[in-house]
Amino acid sequence: MVRHFRLPDVGEGLTEAEIVRWHVREGDPVELNQTVVEIETAKAIVELPSPYEGVVSELLAAEGDTVAVGTPIIGVREPGEEPSATPEAPAAGEPEPAEPAPSGRTPVLVGYGVKPGSTRRRPRKPAATRPAASPPAGRALAKPPVRKLARDLGVDLASIVGTGPEGTVTREDVRASVEAPLAPEAPPAPEAPAAPGRERSATRRESPDEERIAVKGVRRATAAAMVSSAFSAPHVTEFLQVDVTPAVKTVKRLRALPEYAETKVTPMLLVARALLTAVRRHPMINSSWDEEAREIVVKRRVNLGVAVAAERGLLVPNLKDAHALPLPELAAGLDALIRKARDGRCEPADLTGGTITITNVGVFGVDAGTPILSPGEVAILAVGRIRELPWIHKGRIRPRSVVTLSLSFDHRVVDGELGSAVLRETGALLEEPFRLLALG
Amino acid sequence: MTLDAHTVHDTELIQLLTPEGERLEHPDYPLTLSDSQLRDLYRDLVVVRALDRESVALTRQGELGLWPSLLGQEAAQVGSGRALGAGDMVFPTYREHGVAYCRGLPLLNILKLFRGVDLGAWDPREYGFHLYSIVIGSQTLHATGYAMGIQRDGRHGTGIGDAAIAYFGDGATAQGDVNESFVWASVYNAPIVFFCQNNQWAISAPLERQTRIPLYRRAQGFGFPGVRVDGNDVLACLAVTRRALDLARTGRGPTLIEAFTYRMDAHTTTDDPTRYRHSDELEAWKLKDPIARFRAYLSRSGLASPDFFDEIDAQAKREAADLRSACLALPDPPPAELFDRVYAGPHAVLAEEKAAYDSYLAGFR
Repeated sequence: MVRHFRLPDVGEGLTEAEIVRWHVREGDPVELNQTVVEIETAKAIVELPSPYEGVVSELLAAEGDTVAVGTPIIGVREPGEEPSATPEAPAAGEPEPAEPAPSGRTPVLVGYGVKPGSTRRRPRKPAATRPAASPPAGRALAKPPVRKLARDLGVDLASIVGTGPEGTVTREDVRASVEAPLAPEAPPAPEAPAAPGRERSATRRESPDEERIAVKGVRRATAAAMVSSAFSAPHVTEFLQVDVTPAVKTVKRLRALPEYAETKVTPMLLVARALLTAVRRHPMINSSWDEEAREIVVKRRVNLGVAVAAERGLLVPNLKDAHALPLPELAAGLDALIRKARDGRCEPADLTGGTITITNVGVFGVDAGTPILSPGEVAILAVGRIRELPWIHKGRIRPRSVVTLSLSFDHRVVDGELGSAVLRETGALLEEPFRLLALG
Repeated sequence: MTLDAHTVHDTELIQLLTPEGERLEHPDYPLTLSDSQLRDLYRDLVVVRALDRESVALTRQGELGLWPSLLGQEAAQVGSGRALGAGDMVFPTYREHGVAYCRGLPLLNILKLFRGVDLGAWDPREYGFHLYSIVIGSQTLHATGYAMGIQRDGRHGTGIGDAAIAYFGDGATAQGDVNESFVWASVYNAPIVFFCQNNQWAISAPLERQTRIPLYRRAQGFGFPGVRVDGNDVLACLAVTRRALDLARTGRGPTLIEAFTYRMDAHTTTDDPTRYRHSDELEAWKLKDPIARFRAYLSRSGLASPDFFDEIDAQAKREAADLRSACLALPDPPPAELFDRVYAGPHAVLAEEKAAYDSYLAGFR
């Protein structure tokens, strides 16, 4: 017999959750209480333990899917039992249980469920009969959460025809305007009946000419952050080429030291150290712009952000109090943070509170970029690839290891003079690492 | 880091077992236990943790509505719980599953509350363990009143009398109720022990938002002794609570015990502690784990063999499985039962309301 685990409400009144990551695949044996899936609710990422022991017969939701509480998400066949010939999976989206509980109740939510049909909503008031033919003049009507959604998605509310009561713009209206911006008149394509959750992931739609990918999760958060940053902070980017031959040698020597035996030491460590030293000498570069208070907030602590290309997308976790860390701890801290981000194990605390950021575009094989600031910060340093270039060294042309540093800053807070000073000092510290010792 | 402001100074922390499992002696708190008593304490710790973990899993599987985990606080609860006498009365918060276990209260009763199928679930007199109190700190007033009742019944002062013990957390110390209890207990010299499990976090509010001085020192201002004990040391918690109960029973008034410990899990299953505390804090406390140190002590002193530990683990697993199946088998109460538990006898207004509710429910059939 296959038993289905229904998505529980893990947070007192939540209605849905997103499937973040499956820890098991079909055919895997599972033990009672073994973690099978990570879900993300409005409150937290939570690991769900299997309520059954047996073999996974099917996963009924794909990673990235948003699933309503009470929906079966995984089937577990009893141990030692052969798969039956007839499929036992409930049809996708079907809310009824595969086998009714003895009492006729649906075992959803907390422990026992409601009797089928015992919850009735009051009949809804008929929707406003006035056809909302044209966008209302002036300010569009919408509830605050819908306004926020529109802002997050970069949608202008005034451009949307509201279908709610009194012509209010609803959440669905906002979503619809994003999903079909080019053909607002076209009726939505009828959804093909899908195999439960997998054959056709809800996040992608195919047609011969184009592929549509729903924007959610990290991609959506990244987009919102980039838009809010790019269109609120006037960006300036400056570039500096630096001979890092001695720095590369220093990194090699560091690797040989016992203190660094268990840490991955890369030139990024010295870049971080150099930037931190420059920040200490120019605190204003480690600040933020408070629009409401009309104040510049200079941060006394440096929480150093590091942009990481993780499987789920771009993440910028930050290392807390990086300014106070001796070099071995800085190395270990960055190493651990980056691995955590790559493994998708970042905690919300790791991703908030950053004060200045480094991004390594060199890993993509390019020399420089014009990075966009992390929202709330006023500077970001991009590090290009290190490569051998002909360079004038002590009066002769020599092959040297050269890197380009690109520093973007918020021109409301940082003038060209300050930005240039920070970039120049960071470069000088890298060019001659002994200066790091000299300046501490 | 939060703990810096409240660094534990060894001089003020009563400890009989170091985090490495090394046995210490303390002149004020001599403790002699038989080998089997020591092994029983270990059994309690492991079983209580297993039952707690099972309850968290049941919550994640939708079988309970909520669970406040005691992870990390096992020693504080078992140590103090095993110090209690049969006639003593416990006034718990909502997290004292370990104390309940020591009082012989089947944890299934507590699961009934969090499954929402019972409103009380046990008779406090039967177990010397009052109902869970969700309102922060209110139970300290109940406990103080109860202790004053013991006094008035003449059931204390003889050395064999009874005492009350009130459990609460660091967050509760900032509540008016707790401070009022301290005043009443102090001026009436009530036979009560105030057992504060300082687990460093009041949901997301850190200790430095509750106090500027170590909590146990508050007692001095109220006029009774306060002591800080290593809350992850089951032996010290046992010894310190025993002594405090002894003072209460012999007419020497209240004691405040601050068990310095740490909430390893979330406040409840609906809380996400990673949003407000750093994982390095958690890692630091893992090194002070109450079970690991006791296990190290038992094996190093030859009191327990690997077989013993295996047997305890098996027992814990069994008890957790039993708890699970019993929980899943709990019947749903009829909704109208709500009305039957308000007054001891029949009540006209309630009867009317019950009838109205019945007809309302009938409308859905």
